[in-house]
Amino acid sequence: MEALNAAKLAGAAYADARITRQRQNFVFTREQQIQNVVDTDSIGCGVRVLVDGTWGFAGTLHLTTDAVAGAAREAVAIAKANRIARDRAVALVPAPPVPNATWKSAFSIDPFEVSIEDKADLLLRANAEALKIPNVKYIFSGMFFVKEERNFASTEGSLITQTAVRSWPLMQITAVAPDFSDFQNRGNVVPPMGRGWEFVLEADLPGNAGKWGEEAAQKLSAKPVEVGKYDLVLDPGNMWLTIHESIGHPTELDRALGYEANYAGTSFLAPPEEMLGKMKYGPEFMNVQGDRSQEGALSTIGYDDEGVKPDDFLIVKNGIFNDYQTTREQAGWLDWWYKQQGQETRSHGCSYAMGWDYVQFQRMPNVSLLPGEDNVSWDDLIAATDNGIAIIGDGSFSIDQQRYNAQFGGQLFYEVKNGKITGMLKDVAYQMRTTDFWNAMDMIGGRETYQLGGSFFDGKGQPGQINAVSHGTPPARFRAINVINTGRKA
Amino acid sequence: MIVPRRLIPEGALLTRDQAAAIVARVRELSSANEVLVNLGSSYNGNTRFAANQMSTSGGVVNATLTVQSSFGPKHAVVQTNDLSDEAIARTVKQSEALARLAPDDPEAMPTLPPQQYQAVNSYFESTADLSPTDRAQAALTALEVTRSAKDLQAAGFLVTGANANAIGNSTGLFAYHRNTFANYTLTVRTSDGTGSGWAAADHPDWSQINYRAVGERAIEKARLSRSPVAIEPGRYTVILEPQAVGDLVQLIGNYADARSADEGRSPFVKQGGGNKIGEKIVDERISIYSDPRDPQLLSQPFDGEGFPLARQMWVENGVLKQLIYSRFWAQKQGKTPTGAPQSLRMTGGTQTVDDMLRSTPRGVLITRLWYLREVDPRTILYTGLTRDGTFLIEDGKISKAIQNFRFNESPLFMLNNVEALGQPVRLAGTEQGGDVVMPAIKVRDFNFTSLSEAV
Repeated sequence: MEALNAAKLAGAAYADARITRQRQNFVFTREQQIQNVVDTDSIGCGVRVLVDGTWGFAGTLHLTTDAVAGAAREAVAIAKANRIARDRAVALVPAPPVPNATWKSAFSIDPFEVSIEDKADLLLRANAEALKIPNVKYIFSGMFFVKEERNFASTEGSLITQTAVRSWPLMQITAVAPDFSDFQNRGNVVPPMGRGWEFVLEADLPGNAGKWGEEAAQKLSAKPVEVGKYDLVLDPGNMWLTIHESIGHPTELDRALGYEANYAGTSFLAPPEEMLGKMKYGPEFMNVQGDRSQEGALSTIGYDDEGVKPDDFLIVKNGIFNDYQTTREQAGWLDWWYKQQGQETRSHGCSYAMGWDYVQFQRMPNVSLLPGEDNVSWDDLIAATDNGIAIIGDGSFSIDQQRYNAQFGGQLFYEVKNGKITGMLKDVAYQMRTTDFWNAMDMIGGRETYQLGGSFFDGKGQPGQINAVSHGTPPARFRAINVINTGRKA
Repeated sequence: MIVPRRLIPEGALLTRDQAAAIVARVRELSSANEVLVNLGSSYNGNTRFAANQMSTSGGVVNATLTVQSSFGPKHAVVQTNDLSDEAIARTVKQSEALARLAPDDPEAMPTLPPQQYQAVNSYFESTADLSPTDRAQAALTALEVTRSAKDLQAAGFLVTGANANAIGNSTGLFAYHRNTFANYTLTVRTSDGTGSGWAAADHPDWSQINYRAVGERAIEKARLSRSPVAIEPGRYTVILEPQAVGDLVQLIGNYADARSADEGRSPFVKQGGGNKIGEKIVDERISIYSDPRDPQLLSQPFDGEGFPLARQMWVENGVLKQLIYSRFWAQKQGKTPTGAPQSLRMTGGTQTVDDMLRSTPRGVLITRLWYLREVDPRTILYTGLTRDGTFLIEDGKISKAIQNFRFNESPLFMLNNVEALGQPVRLAGTEQGGDVVMPAIKVRDFNFTSLSEAV
């Protein structure tokens, strides 16, 4: 409140203040030893102001009334300094004030209450199981926990307190050929989730580590893939990342309008007036939802970082591009589209800052491919495929700055012949052009096959900010996709 | 309202004496066998603009105190950004509690005794004195041109600030270093969406940043790159500007851990076991080294353990001279530890990019690269794309703008195919960041695997 008053007195038309505390806890191991145990804690206050249509922001680690008021005055001074280079004034679409709200994410056991011994014991037991497998020589495993306490207040009268927990058990298993001619990794075994210690227990690293170890060892003798076009059957552990890169990022409105041109890039989905309601993203059964409401998903939150309660919205509707991700500053830019659709012009609640020390801007909600209506299983997809490759898990990934051309690897690759898995392949990567790829999707899994994947480390903005985001998806099949062989000799 | 003149608020950076006092306080409070203290304090001020107008901008004061307590082979780290006496005491106590509970780390090394460090001056008043208005004025030099041109859109980021870092431990080691930083990156796109140019500058000393030249270069690249044509992917002779060289060469450092090579899981594994130190791995004109005192690098002369960093040759005349040895692995293998390098420089030659163009009958000129990701760790094979200015060279000159390519290439393969080397320059925007100095190079057989329509 001191910050908001100081900002107003200094001339701000609008101000918000966020006092956030972020705690992190890591435990890292290799083979049968601990590498590191780390606890971090960061607390402070960030003040954002709008002065004469220009943004200013300042943050301080000192939570005294003088310091936060000083930060507010500095934010106003920065906004005024920037006024000389302003072109168009920033305007915010209305959002109802939220005078007194609290929210807590879906965790039942707080990982910050679990002892370090329990965490280390679980990891070392998992490592031991993997090391029993022939040719498995090295293990890296770890746990990464985040707890955020987010307090938000604005000059419009909002006052919101939220608590969110994220958990990520990690394991990478390395098998080395006896003659040192090859090594292979099996990693990215469990997705990070917006849940607590109960999720780590459910992931059962000790129970699964032997299987993952066998997969690493098996990769040493896998057959190198022959380049060509294949039908790809992708599991949710692989598809989440393809969705993230080729649907999540290009549908950020700030990217589409050039606001990320100097770093993350722009988008092929521009200008909006030529894309919304017109661009065919994929087949008619393709529906992609943006939300911050799925239980256990990483972007899920009660209110965003400008006090907006997020809504669920369709980014792709029956195969056609339907909407962008927005904040209060951005939603007004699409006023014409929402009017045309008979919808209210409102922010989708996608404002986020990684901490008190960063200004909030548009970040990705959970962007998910909705399952098909029919009860299609993974086995059904394999059985329907004559000449294909089934890919499990995410590997290498790269996409251009407008999100046309991408290349993705995976963790495990299986040859599919006449409806059956016939062996393991290696050195596989698929190359794609975004809309060609999604329009090549001809089969999709049903509701029971839907799973969440995600990342703790989605980067965007300058200064660079990280956010955590999940993507739900069923498995699906894609026809005639270009596959390259990535193996080389040093 | 008076706009603050100075960039850095009073008290934002810890002085040497203040840092030493906090280290002493931690040592007094510590009941562990050993304690290692890392202290950081910073001010970061930035100005961002896009779509020809101001975007978000800010200024942030922060600090970190990191305490590692050890009881023999048991250790744990606790970090806070609260430097109050209560928080320091709480952090020490918590790190000791965690360390007592932590399982043994048989590779734990004792803290270092006091060390001698090279003096490096990387703190410049020209940067420390910069105000938000100065930054906005610098941004305006590009914005005024792109706004009045009507066919150009500018997006840029100017960040300036300072850090003061200190390290101390229970065996009496103390190190302190402060630096300023200034970095300006600018992308100019043509309004028809068919052209994009990028330019940048970086130096601890703001007076070394020629922001007008950055603007001119980005605008020139944007106009030159308009309406690119598609040419077939394949293997081409390529001139890489220094920024693109840095993106690829810097990757080698991520694979330079001696232990990984000795364990058989690195590109530097010798057939049959051991590592490739002493073997020729790239063209003999290539040398790669770290040197905190290099006037173009000016990096911190110690690593996170307080290990002193000096000039260290990694590749000399094409031969792998050294891999990164941690103190544990060096002791186990009977080698000398190297510390963790904070800077990287590749030697160059005398050719200008124009010289390289003139000697190229057909090839591709690359401004920068984007979204580099590992494809195969056995060979440092990476994929990524060209961006913001890719041109076809025909008959010794740029003939046209071409669409961007995806490549699948390794810096090790690339540095075996060198045809010419330019003068090294300090880079402003590699994907990994850091203090990096690289030349432009010309190489043959660079492997482009597909086309991208992205501009």
